[in-house]
Amino acid sequence: MIYFDNSATTKPHREVVEEVLLCMEKYFGNPSSAHRLGVEAEKRMKAARENVARLINAQTSDIIFTSGGSESNNTAIKGILKKGDHVISSKIEHPSVLKTLKEIEEEGIEVTYLNVDANGVVDINQLKDSIRENTRLVTIMHVNNEIGSIQPIEQIINIVRNSNKKTKIHVDAVQSAGKIKIDVKSMDVDLMSLSSHKIHGPKGAGALYIKKGLNIKPLISGGGQERDLRSGTENLPMISGFGVAAGIILDNMEDKIKKVNAVKKHFVERLNEFDDIKVNSPIDDFHIGNILNVSFRGIKGEVLLHALEDYDIYVSTGSACSAKKSSHKNYVLPEIGLSEKDITGAVRFSFSYLNTIEEVDAAIDALKKILTFLRRIKK
Amino acid sequence: MEGKRLVYMDHAATTYVKPEVLDAMMPYFTENFGNPSSIYTFSRKSKSAIEEAREKVAKAIGAKADEIYFTGGGSEADNWALKGIAFANKDKGNHIITTKIEHHAILHACEFLEKNGFEITYLNVDENGMISLDELERAITDKTILISIMFANNEIGTIEPIKEIGEIAKKRNIYFHTDAVQAVGNVKIDVKDMNIDLLSLAAHKFYGPKGVGALYIKKGVKIENLIHGGGQERKRRAGTENIPGIVGLGKAIELATSDIDSHNERIIKMRDRLLEGIMEKIPHTKLNGHPEKRLPGNINVSFRFIEGESLLLLLDQSGICASTGSACSSGSLDPSHVLLAIGLPHEIAHGSLRLSLGDATKEEDIDYVLEVLPKIVQRLRDMSPLYETFKHKGETINV
Ligand SMILES: Cc1ncc(COP(=O)(O)O)c(C=O)c1O
Ligand SMILES: Cc1ncc(COP(=O)(O)O)c(C=O)c1O
Repeated sequence: MIYFDNSATTKPHREVVEEVLLCMEKYFGNPSSAHRLGVEAEKRMKAARENVARLINAQTSDIIFTSGGSESNNTAIKGILKKGDHVISSKIEHPSVLKTLKEIEEEGIEVTYLNVDANGVVDINQLKDSIRENTRLVTIMHVNNEIGSIQPIEQIINIVRNSNKKTKIHVDAVQSAGKIKIDVKSMDVDLMSLSSHKIHGPKGAGALYIKKGLNIKPLISGGGQERDLRSGTENLPMISGFGVAAGIILDNMEDKIKKVNAVKKHFVERLNEFDDIKVNSPIDDFHIGNILNVSFRGIKGEVLLHALEDYDIYVSTGSACSAKKSSHKNYVLPEIGLSEKDITGAVRFSFSYLNTIEEVDAAIDALKKILTFLRRIKK
Repeated sequence: MEGKRLVYMDHAATTYVKPEVLDAMMPYFTENFGNPSSIYTFSRKSKSAIEEAREKVAKAIGAKADEIYFTGGGSEADNWALKGIAFANKDKGNHIITTKIEHHAILHACEFLEKNGFEITYLNVDENGMISLDELERAITDKTILISIMFANNEIGTIEPIKEIGEIAKKRNIYFHTDAVQAVGNVKIDVKDMNIDLLSLAAHKFYGPKGVGALYIKKGVKIENLIHGGGQERKRRAGTENIPGIVGLGKAIELATSDIDSHNERIIKMRDRLLEGIMEKIPHTKLNGHPEKRLPGNINVSFRFIEGESLLLLLDQSGICASTGSACSSGSLDPSHVLLAIGLPHEIAHGSLRLSLGDATKEEDIDYVLEVLPKIVQRLRDMSPLYETFKHKGETINV
């Protein structure tokens, strides 16, 4: 199996699975319980929190755990806004941000959606012009899940801080954490969303960084877990697995980044052997090294995806959550100015540092065979 | 930790995961890790595993599969039910009826709604923790959009008259939600027969994994989403699905509801022996909750003159895991809102202990608790100034 769909989800590491199992078998106590099983569970919660905090250089006490990236995004956005507020976001955010914004628009909150350029980078001038007196929040993703564009978060934060002291900044770092070095302190971020299953951790766990002193309303209230910001019996096994995954990715992270960059570089180089393609996420400072979006002109991305599947190679045509429904048209690719034809032929290859150059070569071979066949029947 | 022996009497806080459940989950951590929303065949295994689990949950409560939505746990299901119904139906009215003994996931969601223009009636309960159907009927107004009453209470184990409540709700054309987090696996549930419109459950209370629950939403019920985003759960609950968790929930609910009668028979027998032993060996003790209509594994008792917290500590040192109330409020110093609602005075509520039995409980655990607990209570009473005063005054006991 060649798995090039690591932006959709990743395979949990063995160490992660072992930790999850251990927690389920041995540390099954409720972390809020006063007795020893509770205390042991709480200790493991703490270790996980420390690792996840390290992932973004946060204070341990500033991390709360959630059920995943979507919940973190919903919590951050709904937790901070009230009627009459203004929010700035972008047109290429993940649906868990866009749909949440749509929802609150109906409740009397105004939203400005920034445009992006051909690289998928937000329009900085538009940002400057959009900040107002009542701009309560700027919510921008760090790395886009479909084209891998990296937003200039530091610059954005700088502009916001200099324009309106009351504006808070939320960053959806689901696709960037563990892939780019992140330092919430030096970046001066207020809120940041993370998800476990994108870094070889288990599904069903995520985190939200909340800067000390920032008050937000919980999305899920109840027993008061997670400093009363996210109630519900803690999902210790998955959370602890998340912690282990964070620890692993942090270990020699630079080497891992180099490895994945080399995989993408090799892939892009070998794409030179193909006609009629367009690389939508080239190797440059604007794009991350683990996402490669390519348009194969004249071919339907979906057809290519299924053909690759025959070779046991797994890729995607868009973000996983919208891949299913044809009614869910891809909304990111049009924003970077792709033609209808290029959108139809777009395929996303997303890598992990566990992928190899050999896998790329095998995929290229498969692509060649498939394309020769498909393009021949086209004529 | 010093104790070699571990007697887990806290199944109401959370349960261990059954080995069969773990086995069912394992492949979805390893080979079948695909994102169910991906369109290649490899991911279809994840997708069909979710649908199988949905069937199992539906079957367990008498619902249809497309009425089950997976969540990140019981609290999320509760919050979703309350906030989702409230905001989707605010054109019809702004009044919600619940009880004083709900879990905080319901009570705090209600507080939130109160801040957002909704009116909440908190029904009283009697000394056994039972609501009054008359009071419920009287509380209904033409603005009432939702009745949310828990199936069984997590602290005192009282089981509410759900079917009767369902009839009232149906007759008055009001949505009925029940928090069945403690009931699943312990009480037979049939949402159609009981006229339940929404029901919350959480896997970790019936030997399934933590971090996964479900909300049953009867077809046609008007509800808003709580977590927006990708189109998962038929566009009603966004977020990449926790497939191993969902599979575990399916397996666990199947096991937990396959033979409730014989499971309960076994647990109740042990529970009653434990309870009788406690009442016999420890004077000045009161059972909280309904004498019959209670969860099979639940014992909640108040020992006069002592502090529940100290009791827990000493029990823990003897290897007995128990609780003073709900796990989540264990850290707080306020007496339980449930015990106050059934009319216990503060000082007595403080001396309460919940022992909750479950599948792991063995007869020798009962013997052990009956050996250890009376000694610990006596030791604490001997140190208690209240007990000292009481002994000298020789006042009559009313508990
Ligand atoms: C009656 C009741 N409702 C809701 C919950 C919350 O469930 P969870 O902790 O899974 O979110 C619990 C348990 O903690 C409970 O006992
Ligand atoms: C950028 C981005 N944000 C948020 C999410 C949502 O995360 P989750 O699926 O863990 O809810 C995803 C992935 O699905 C994503 O790619």
